[in-house]
Amino acid sequence: MLAWPFVLPFLIGLIVFLVVPCIGVVVLALTDWQLGDSAIRFAGLKNFVQLISDDVFRRSFTNTMLYAAMVTPVSVVLGLWLAVTVERSSIGRAFFRSAFFLPVVSTTVAMAVVWEFLLHPALGPVNALMSLMGLPRHVFLNDVRTVLPTLAAIGIWENAGYNMVLFIAGLKAIPNDLYDAAAVDGAERPWERFWTVTLPLLGPTLLFVIIISFLRSFRVFETVASITQGGPQFASEVVLYTIYREGFVYFHVGYASALTVVFVALLLILTVVKFRLIDRSVHYQ
Amino acid sequence: MRHVIATLRVVMLAVLAILFLAPFIYMLGFSLKTASEIFSGGLSPIPNSLEGLSNYVNVLFERPLLTYLFNGVVVCAAILVFQLIFALPCAYALAKLRFPGREFILGLVLFGMLVPIQVTALPLYAGFARFGLLDSYAALVLPFISSAFAVFLFRQFFLTIPNELLDAARLDGLSEISIVIRVLLPLTLPAATAFSIFSVVSHWNDLFWPLVAVRSPELNTPPLGILFFRSAEAGDRYGELMAATTIVTLPLVLAFLVAQRRFIEGVSLGALKG
Repeated sequence: MLAWPFVLPFLIGLIVFLVVPCIGVVVLALTDWQLGDSAIRFAGLKNFVQLISDDVFRRSFTNTMLYAAMVTPVSVVLGLWLAVTVERSSIGRAFFRSAFFLPVVSTTVAMAVVWEFLLHPALGPVNALMSLMGLPRHVFLNDVRTVLPTLAAIGIWENAGYNMVLFIAGLKAIPNDLYDAAAVDGAERPWERFWTVTLPLLGPTLLFVIIISFLRSFRVFETVASITQGGPQFASEVVLYTIYREGFVYFHVGYASALTVVFVALLLILTVVKFRLIDRSVHYQ
Repeated sequence: MRHVIATLRVVMLAVLAILFLAPFIYMLGFSLKTASEIFSGGLSPIPNSLEGLSNYVNVLFERPLLTYLFNGVVVCAAILVFQLIFALPCAYALAKLRFPGREFILGLVLFGMLVPIQVTALPLYAGFARFGLLDSYAALVLPFISSAFAVFLFRQFFLTIPNELLDAARLDGLSEISIVIRVLLPLTLPAATAFSIFSVVSHWNDLFWPLVAVRSPELNTPPLGILFFRSAEAGDRYGELMAATTIVTLPLVLAFLVAQRRFIEGVSLGALKG
């Protein structure tokens, strides 16, 4: 057939490096295999039972949800505010857009190391500023109460510009006539225009951005792996880091696969919702 | 009143912009400070002298940072080349040719888009270990050569190209392959550029898979190199650490500042992928 030479290289790659491993992870989740074992023993749902009663996993799931619950709303609202305000600003639009988007293109690991230094208890400028203001120095990343909010703040810094860009694209699709019409109807102040025109028309974009932000923050890994390794006392343990440690440090492959299956099930549900939204927002046009 | 609000808006944006840029400013400033200046613990990002330039000389020539950068370039380039060579023809076939199994492959592509590397990492690791492929360039590149996302994007793009254009080329006696190369490829350039930016930014910055696949320090990608550097120095050479993070971050930041629009377009493609 004419088409197969076009399709085959890609298809083989996809099957070998994606489809087979996907089946593999589900099969491994049903075994108690550890890397190096010669025989694979079927273990049924044992891993999933263990997972429910595993304190570390519970902790890590709760932490991930808490992290996402802090990052998503703040980065979405901030992103929306930035989009509306930057687009309406009379000067420096290109500069502001770059400034807020810069964290998105920067290497997360490098910036995590920079943040760790900025927050250093003795040498970092953040603590220097705090002691200048008469506040006690604080070890943000080594305190069970502040470590997760601090990582979330870094996450917000990283994601707000991304959301801003998505909102700007949504704003450009709103026809100017609608603002004129709203002005005729008496909605003249910026916040009136925002509530009567911008926000209702941005509805599909808004939902879309909320889900994307949640998906992105649910996959938090780099900052944890670079700075805290889940500590202190599991206070910054997150799902992807647990999977990494169980699978690639302890080589509990079966158990880590079960964690992965749970993780991907949650991701898939949200992604399907997102695709539904894309479909629907296409129909609006 | 209008003027007051407009001014207030710019002031608020400027304050936020300074906050967002502060980590970059401090990174750059502290990369130029000597160890003794850093240990005096000041608030100002501006170095007292230019003696700290030696930080850059040290990380570039006495430490393996250049090797890490080289690895990053090789890995990103290899991934991108394979992704384009594999995805473009496949996307063309899926958009413009009719053949049995087409629907099935389309389904696989949509499924493949949803699966992040963290899901396939364990079986891939076990498989690569079995075939002695771990700890090599191949291990860093292979999992990404078939990008379902690239096929999806390029197919969407090819669908917008009218069939009449292709029929005209066929009437002129062009083979299917030369249609792809001589007619479609030039038209694809904007879409391919956007995808390339997306791919390079993701893989230059990726930590999870390199962390899993590579053990030897001489195969470190830039993010791995930064982590290696951070733990090896046990936290007393902050100036050099900041110089290293500056160098690793610089290529993408410069490229972004030069081609802002294209970068924003490319990076925000990821929103489709999830």
